[in-house]
Amino acid sequence: MALEVFPQSRIAAILKSDIFYRFRTSYVTVAAAIVTLCIVMAALLAPWIAPHDPFDVSTLSLWDSELPPVWVEGGDPRFLLGTDNQGRDVLSAILYGSRISLAVGFVSVALAMVIGIVVGLVSGYFGGMVDAFFMRIADVMLSFPTILVALLVSGIARGALPREMHDSAALIVLVFAITVTTWVQYARTVRSSTMVERGREYVFAAQLVGRRPLAILFRHILPNVMGPVLVIATINLAMAILIEATLSFLGVGMPPTNPSLGTLIRVGNEYLFSGIWWVVIFPSLTLVALVLAVNLLGDWLRDALNPKLR
Amino acid sequence: MSAVSTSATSSAATSASGEPLVSLRGLSKTFDLSPPLLNRMIERKGKSFLRAVDGLDIDIPRGKTFSLVGESGCGKSTVAKLVVGLHAASGGKIRFDGTDLTGLHASARGTYRQRIQMIFQDPYASLNPRWRVRDIIAEPLRSFSITSGRAEEQREVGRLLEMVGLSAQDGDKFPHQFSGGQRQRISIARAISSKPDFLVCDEPTSALDVSVQSQVLNLMRDLQAELGLTYLFISHDLAVVDFMSDYVGVMYLGRLVEAGPAQRIFEAPEHPYTRLLMDTVPDITMARRDRVAVTGEVPNPITPPPGCSFNPRCPLASDICRAQSPDLVAREGGTRVACHAVTGADGSSGRPGAAGRAPMELARGVA
Repeated sequence: MALEVFPQSRIAAILKSDIFYRFRTSYVTVAAAIVTLCIVMAALLAPWIAPHDPFDVSTLSLWDSELPPVWVEGGDPRFLLGTDNQGRDVLSAILYGSRISLAVGFVSVALAMVIGIVVGLVSGYFGGMVDAFFMRIADVMLSFPTILVALLVSGIARGALPREMHDSAALIVLVFAITVTTWVQYARTVRSSTMVERGREYVFAAQLVGRRPLAILFRHILPNVMGPVLVIATINLAMAILIEATLSFLGVGMPPTNPSLGTLIRVGNEYLFSGIWWVVIFPSLTLVALVLAVNLLGDWLRDALNPKLR
Repeated sequence: MSAVSTSATSSAATSASGEPLVSLRGLSKTFDLSPPLLNRMIERKGKSFLRAVDGLDIDIPRGKTFSLVGESGCGKSTVAKLVVGLHAASGGKIRFDGTDLTGLHASARGTYRQRIQMIFQDPYASLNPRWRVRDIIAEPLRSFSITSGRAEEQREVGRLLEMVGLSAQDGDKFPHQFSGGQRQRISIARAISSKPDFLVCDEPTSALDVSVQSQVLNLMRDLQAELGLTYLFISHDLAVVDFMSDYVGVMYLGRLVEAGPAQRIFEAPEHPYTRLLMDTVPDITMARRDRVAVTGEVPNPITPPPGCSFNPRCPLASDICRAQSPDLVAREGGTRVACHAVTGADGSSGRPGAAGRAPMELARGVA
């Protein structure tokens, strides 16, 4: 039947849609999308495109340490963006580092989104005691600064876990810390949209034919509350990457043996005043470009999905 | 429970008899509007309740249309939600085909859900904007396992779409690709997909253009004849009610003030409120006549006036109206009226004929 032609018609529908038109006509957004895509692709393909493996100690040579970028006097063409004090290629470290930053960002946003959506749907739909219970927890979470909670979580994890597990568990601890502090936003947004949708007649119609609350929540209401959630998720992706960088910069995030962008900036920061500027500047620029691009995408998505701005 | 199942299975037998399909007895709904306990203690306020529906008695015979009319906020829509089970009744009984639905556990409601469906007021909110029309119409089919298999379901959806005057290909579209009238047709197709006996229509045309209203109303009447449907029709538009109804009930502040055969109510309304409503209907023959406009507003239902709730607006109000709430009294022609001025203060039927006309002159005289 008509199902076979479906994929093509869907692509055509996307190309014709308002949202795509708004995307195409906004140069800033297109540029932001390209930058984001480049960084994400580079991070994904790091093991294949990075000129060196920064984790393979046997390839490191102290003879190569503290080499400046290739366009500066004394630069080595093997190390495009120079090397750090142990002879590690800065470009390769950035590629691998953005891999970790992006992984932490995406995983924590996905987890926070799932938790927030479920809590928000249930609170908004059932109301009463359930709602009061979850929303008081949310209030408590909101009364702490995000960084403080993240510091607390990683501090507790460090105290609770044996020393040798710290480094291997660092990624999980980071993801957990960021998830715990950011799910509240999703929950609140989804809850308020759910309370609006719950009173709409299509929900009554579904109740009338005896659909179970879970089916109504996930099949009927969820598709109608996803718009704002996607906007928050995009903006929170940038925020999660920043929180990760902050924690790593403060020394409670990723260890120097498995560095994220934040760790690279922290390590490079120590050498800044000895004139080795490239070790800190390039990871910082990558972080700035990534966060800015993702934020711009989020802004565009917010405007594109806002019916009042159409 | 055994009594429930027997009466449910004997529905075929009773359907032949003259017993009404739906009968409401003393149906009431009270909403608790009290602030939370802590606020009540701090602000020293008592509990407050809203009697949205207060002791409604209605019988709806099979294959007929019963219309509830009244101004906004009189409890019409609450009655609709009570009957379909979206609200739980605070008191009274809803008998459907011999079974009291109010006492029924949610799990036992299944078969009645299938037999009682609803058409909603707002065609823009009643269809899920993210669903394709064929999924919207197929939802009752899937929920009640009426069709087996995807092919049969698609055929049935196509048939239903054509039945309401759309084409089977329209199932692939989304609701926003349709006009208000077409959406209401989709809504009707969904409502009849589970093969119900009884449709509750909550102002199904009040959101539509006048030209489209008549098309949808004609469709509903055709379907009623074709499928033998029974309608509870809720509207504030008397012209629409006149077109659709076999029986009419006039509601004011949660209570029935007058009920009976539609023709009788439209030709000889007795309750002063019904008369005021009838005078608002535009009519060529009435063009040069003085009209009594409906004055005043519906009182706050949380603090209704003492006695008859219509007394602050009533041209015939006397002392007894301010003291004692009138009961429905059977009148000539099969109607029931709740009005001290019409039925006589003692509640007896008064003088038939003479009393039937007198208040009308009085009402006009006052205006």
